[in-house]
Amino acid sequence: MTRLVACLAFALLAFFAVAPAALAMTIEKIVSPSGIQAWLVREHAVPLVALNFAFHGGSSQDDADKAGAANLATDLLDEGAGEFDGKAYHERLENHAIDLRFRVGRDYFRGSLRTLNEHRDEAFDLLNLALTKPRFEADAVERVRGQELAGLRRETTNPNNLASRSWWSTAFPGHPYGRESKGTLETVPLITADDLRDYVRRVFARNELTVSIVGDIDAETAGKLIDRAFAGLPKKNDLKPVAAASPSNLGRRIVIDVNVPQAVVTFGGQGIARHDPDFMAAYIVNHILGGGSFSSRLYKEVREKRGLAYGVSDHLVWFRRAAVVIGGTATRGDRTADALKVIEHEIKRMAESGPIADELNEAKAFIKGSYALSLDTSGKIAAQLTQIQIDDLGIDYIQRRNGLIDGVTIADAKRVAKRLYSGGLLVTIAGRPKGLTSSTVHE
Amino acid sequence: MGRNNQGCKVPIVIFRQNVFLAVAAMLAAALAAPALAAGKAAGNVADFTLNNGLELVVIPDHRAPVVTHMIWYKVGAADETPGKSGLAHFLEHLMFKGTAKHPAGQFSRAVSHVGGQENAFTSYDYTGYYQRVPSEQLKTVMEFEADRMTGLRLTDEIVLPERDVILEEQNQRVRNNPRARLSEQVDAALFLNHPYGKPVIGWRHEMEQLSRDDAIGFYRHFYGPNGAMVVIAGDIEPQAALNLAQETYGKLKRRSSIVPRRRAQEPPPVAVRSLTLADPRVEQPIMQRSYLVPSSNTAKQGESEALEVLAHLLGTGNNSRLYRGLVVDKHVAVSSGAWYDGSALDMARLGLYGAPRQGVTLPQLEAAIDSVIAEVIAKGVTPEELERAKTRLIADAVYAHDSQASMARWYGEALATGSTVNDIEHWPDRIRAVTAEQVQDAARQWLDKRRSVTGYLIKDTSPQAEKRS
Repeated sequence: MTRLVACLAFALLAFFAVAPAALAMTIEKIVSPSGIQAWLVREHAVPLVALNFAFHGGSSQDDADKAGAANLATDLLDEGAGEFDGKAYHERLENHAIDLRFRVGRDYFRGSLRTLNEHRDEAFDLLNLALTKPRFEADAVERVRGQELAGLRRETTNPNNLASRSWWSTAFPGHPYGRESKGTLETVPLITADDLRDYVRRVFARNELTVSIVGDIDAETAGKLIDRAFAGLPKKNDLKPVAAASPSNLGRRIVIDVNVPQAVVTFGGQGIARHDPDFMAAYIVNHILGGGSFSSRLYKEVREKRGLAYGVSDHLVWFRRAAVVIGGTATRGDRTADALKVIEHEIKRMAESGPIADELNEAKAFIKGSYALSLDTSGKIAAQLTQIQIDDLGIDYIQRRNGLIDGVTIADAKRVAKRLYSGGLLVTIAGRPKGLTSSTVHE
Repeated sequence: MGRNNQGCKVPIVIFRQNVFLAVAAMLAAALAAPALAAGKAAGNVADFTLNNGLELVVIPDHRAPVVTHMIWYKVGAADETPGKSGLAHFLEHLMFKGTAKHPAGQFSRAVSHVGGQENAFTSYDYTGYYQRVPSEQLKTVMEFEADRMTGLRLTDEIVLPERDVILEEQNQRVRNNPRARLSEQVDAALFLNHPYGKPVIGWRHEMEQLSRDDAIGFYRHFYGPNGAMVVIAGDIEPQAALNLAQETYGKLKRRSSIVPRRRAQEPPPVAVRSLTLADPRVEQPIMQRSYLVPSSNTAKQGESEALEVLAHLLGTGNNSRLYRGLVVDKHVAVSSGAWYDGSALDMARLGLYGAPRQGVTLPQLEAAIDSVIAEVIAKGVTPEELERAKTRLIADAVYAHDSQASMARWYGEALATGSTVNDIEHWPDRIRAVTAEQVQDAARQWLDKRRSVTGYLIKDTSPQAEKRS
């Protein structure tokens, strides 16, 4: 009887069809029998199911002296859970060709699952075990800790890691966003199994869980699978608050000496919150400056015209409590100063004059068209649905997106370019850049 | 999650631009497993040859109004003249510099205007260019691509800065990366005579000398319809694609200089080879070993599939022989694994790698790896692990149908290295047919140390090290 009621309680709340020319998919909002909400896209062409989910509460939940705890816990979830030791657990995944991946960022723990239809019950059961009954046995903890430490040791001489770590720790000193999720050689050895259990207990809960499913599955079955995985979790999480923050030390340049032929440069400054009304304008303007296409200004000036680097780009990055614009390049030591000068000049020029109308139109066309093209696998669609939910953009966001882009005028673009790029840059360089040294005040 | 996959394999395919992470992921997926059969997403694959020799493969996939258009030239780094290493890849970069009809940037702008993606890649046996665009733009990109098959125009003003770009690319991929330096050395030692021993990116001293004339000469020799294959995956019917191909590529003339590829072949390997690379930046020593083994093109029937299964059960995943034996049970390694890359026109490589735990030496780790191999040779593999490996490899083929671009890449790579559409479609059947005996035989025959090079990567602690690097 209880079961029947639960099935009746299951309901479809909304349908949103997206015009086929943009993206041939319909997002359904579903609620599982136990009351967990999720977004579903039915895709019958391939007999598989892709699940993507997130819990609020990432590595910014780590204590500073235990940085890396969330990451270590994440790595250990599939190393033994419930009645299965790590070997038996992995055998079950492998026997059924189930892909199960977890990762942790500063704000969120994220998971993805891919399974053939015939094995989906087993897949969701295994996921449930990992989330609710991870074992964290001593030998597995030490083995995975050893792997993490080996990776961290490698990073001590890797210029990419050195430049990036320096940028974040200088931009957000003392703040959880200033720390890498994987922790450091000092903190990882201090993490105990209790720290790992504490992370799982505080974060894996139903109240800030986001779920997306794409695949050859109907809404009712999807609801049941969601419950298989998540219904057993605690109702409410227990998170530590994270303070709002802005990047500091803008205007500074830091050089980290490491003997490599090519210096790695990270640069960045204040970004823009996802819910800021200027976000879309900023996104477009940044695409024009350096957003990773063959046509960006940085690409043209640094790579094409001068051959200074193989890659150069910058991106908007947003967290729940901060936002930055951050980019990078890598260039030989004797020309690093030239490359940096070009980058700083282009950023200044964009701040002062903004884009021209032609660039704006090209960027809008690209950003509109590329969205559907980028969503080309079930896994990618599921991940995007999770991101839209996390960013609280609404189930009709994909429909509204073109309108938001078209609504950005050249005046908006110029105004937002000034806002985005006038705040100064923090620049960190790992390598031996000729003629460049660390500075406290840099123009 | 993926910790055990800290492979030491240098990507032998390199891309023009590294910012499209989605593309890198797609490539990883495509390299992770070989070909596949048609499933529900892909309709019947069609294969045509135009009168001028251009091959056209169409993989219908109507889930979204999008197509992936790829052109594969059957020429790569293994076809370079000695002394000109890096030339195939350099030309790939220069192919974006414009033609008589369409000045530099016009093609890229047309793609980006519709939100399309594009990139290019170079390997030993092929060079490829692709665009992902809305289906109605297919003809446009085919026109552009056909135009640059013969219409490329180059001047020193654009060639010389681009040479600096590939030198920075070499810095980024190799010189700044001790593991990539090791792989380069291992490959160079493995191939005694075949050009697969050269890096695709090139040897730096030769890259520095590449000229406009080198690039144009290579282009005029190797680029033509009879040396190319077009793979289109997406929302298009085969006949419609064929019509478009006739209207665009079909107008190009055959190039008589294009002949079947015959490279210098390897003599039978007779010596166990080992090398050590010391680099001051090494904080985690590793070892890697490559064996010279048959590719899907050179193997006897069933042999390449047996190697595929062997590499998988030796070294993919937490229950693989190497990971379980060395990392979990014996505690001698922090990571260990194996791979086989069978898509090569000539011989292929099977690789093993491991990173020792602190306090374990590389020779101790190597001995442990040797004992894992010896056990497989002596006792064979269990029915359970054989089944697991096959299940996974076949499932990867199903999963691949979820990505149109992966499908196009899969077909393209296999066809460019000697396979036929029929071979690709029956690949899962051939994997299913692999027996425990075949896997054991493959291990016995091919994992002979005399066929291999073992490389150690260690920290250079000499006083001169700081200056040298």
